[in-house]
Amino acid sequence: MLADKDRIFTNLYGYQDFALKAAQKRGDWDKTAALMKIGQDAIIEEVKASGLRGRGGAGFPTGMKWSFMPKAPTPERPNFLVINADESEPGSCKDREIIRHDPHKLIEGALIAGFAMRARAAYIYIRGEYIFEAKILETAVAEAYAAGLLGKNAAKSGYDFDVFVHRGAGAYICGEETAMIESLEGKKGQPRLKPPFPAGAGLYGCPTTVNNVESIAVVPTILRRGATWFKSFGRENNHGTKLFQISGHVEKPCVVEEEMGIPFRELIEKHCGGIRGGWDNLLAVIPGGSSVPLVPAAMMMDVPMDFDGCKAVGSGLGTAAVIVMDKSTDIVRAISRLSYFYKHESCGQCTPCREGTGWMWRVMEKMRTGDADIGDIDTLYDVTKQVEGHTICALGDAAAWPIQGLIKHFRPEMERRIHDAKGDNMLEAAE
Amino acid sequence: MADAIQIPDEAETRAKWGSFAFSPEYKAKADMYIGRYPAGRQQSAVMALLDLAQRQVGEETQTQGWLPVPVIEYVSSYLGMPYMRTYEVATFYTMYNLAPVGRYHVQVCGTTPCMLRGSDDIIAACKKRGLVKGATTPDGMFTLNEVECMGNCASAPMVQINDDNYEDLDYGSMTAILDDLAAGKQPKIGTQLPGRHTVEPFGGATTLHAMVDKNHDYRGEW
Repeated sequence: MLADKDRIFTNLYGYQDFALKAAQKRGDWDKTAALMKIGQDAIIEEVKASGLRGRGGAGFPTGMKWSFMPKAPTPERPNFLVINADESEPGSCKDREIIRHDPHKLIEGALIAGFAMRARAAYIYIRGEYIFEAKILETAVAEAYAAGLLGKNAAKSGYDFDVFVHRGAGAYICGEETAMIESLEGKKGQPRLKPPFPAGAGLYGCPTTVNNVESIAVVPTILRRGATWFKSFGRENNHGTKLFQISGHVEKPCVVEEEMGIPFRELIEKHCGGIRGGWDNLLAVIPGGSSVPLVPAAMMMDVPMDFDGCKAVGSGLGTAAVIVMDKSTDIVRAISRLSYFYKHESCGQCTPCREGTGWMWRVMEKMRTGDADIGDIDTLYDVTKQVEGHTICALGDAAAWPIQGLIKHFRPEMERRIHDAKGDNMLEAAE
Repeated sequence: MADAIQIPDEAETRAKWGSFAFSPEYKAKADMYIGRYPAGRQQSAVMALLDLAQRQVGEETQTQGWLPVPVIEYVSSYLGMPYMRTYEVATFYTMYNLAPVGRYHVQVCGTTPCMLRGSDDIIAACKKRGLVKGATTPDGMFTLNEVECMGNCASAPMVQINDDNYEDLDYGSMTAILDDLAAGKQPKIGTQLPGRHTVEPFGGATTLHAMVDKNHDYRGEW
């Protein structure tokens, strides 16, 4: 198990004050200017060397993302950092804890990351429903300005940098980077076609990098303790520590920082008090938030919780939002409820997603009650394949994958319901 | 479209809200938000200003607030935007109420992580008290809606009522919260599980024990 001294988010549970003075006592904002002194490219190299992969779900190497930003921005076309705090993926609840309990890690990270990518300012896009969290973040940013840690000559580094908070207003899709940029510009959050990528033309047409809260908030500690320290955790290509969020049918749901690659069983045993009703009662797990396919119990037990480990069982680590389902779960309803979520959150721009998410939800509701024909399962699968990959952003894929996972692993259950509804099972029993 | 909200009659709305303007306090906030964006990019502040306008309407009506058409028009002209662009934003994001709501807007999360932990019971507790999904109670006290994931999954099930989150609910605690609000009392915000602080494992954190009682600095152990 990860030692407490190696945890980055030491005030994760908010037992202590979030404010600047308390945060400084825990080590935040300690000689930030000295960390920045090594130079912009050296910081990017250090983050690359640490093996940090984006914590927002896709797992793109963070340092490499930063290196795509122009090295010599002009005053008319400055670089921007946008920090994605639009945490809306069902199951995900980690950025909320960072923001309300350790906001100065994020703000210090914003300064360092912004400096490294030569940004003029950072916008932190926080989801609208995080009303209390946004107030805390505003307070923390104001504290940082008052202490000279942001603004002109931020933290006495000689670099001018601003951090602004931007509140959303309730739209899952704004977590997609180009939709977030649209929303920041005061429009509907409908994703843009790529290319051009945000690093070429993003916010206000200027070069922009969008990073998750956790990716940014770990950077100061990585620089303080060195890339090799961060890299010493986890398996090759999956390094570092990670906030896991365990919800659903465990004895004690929680958020906890652990080493990447911790086996699923160990994570649940050590921190969540086991599966409700014991391990034999485990039905399935969604290991990375609603957008990744579910994994049946038997395949999940010993999976290392990292990007490659989850991928190997046909799913993904996503945001490490682990949704656990025991045998009392109506698995078809659980996935159908996710289909409703995607129907609700589709932005309406691309036809396959706008029409497909509604259609898939309606058919999933038929699957739930069994009011369907056996052939409808194949038709449903076929439609998910037509939505997947045929939309501007990944919401279409995210809506398709949970259903594909259900059909792959729980087809007999879906068939049983259809037979039950038709009264066919009596016949089978008679044969 | 049967479940689409009923936008109130325009003539009535206009008579009541036609002269809406930000109060000095809200105007100061609006201008502060506009200042966060580069010159000429004031449209970026539209989301913040719609939120402010909704809050001011809420104060004037003793509810969570909503956005009558003349108020959306006011925000448009404040930012020099075409009305349609502002209306698009107001209708795209779910937190803008396009019809009046009650004193308390009860938003129960019903997405899978909350569903697994018993959000059906939370909805049942609301129904028992006479709340109906998508409607306001006759006394104007409560509007009930089922909403999508609110990001409190490790302390599910949860409800957001106006600006406050109530977590780790069950039928009994949800009923108690509604009773308190109806009686004009402020219930405890956050987790409703006795002994739980925030999102640590219930019954005591498995990590970071040194942080519980004092602001421990781990740097000495690096």
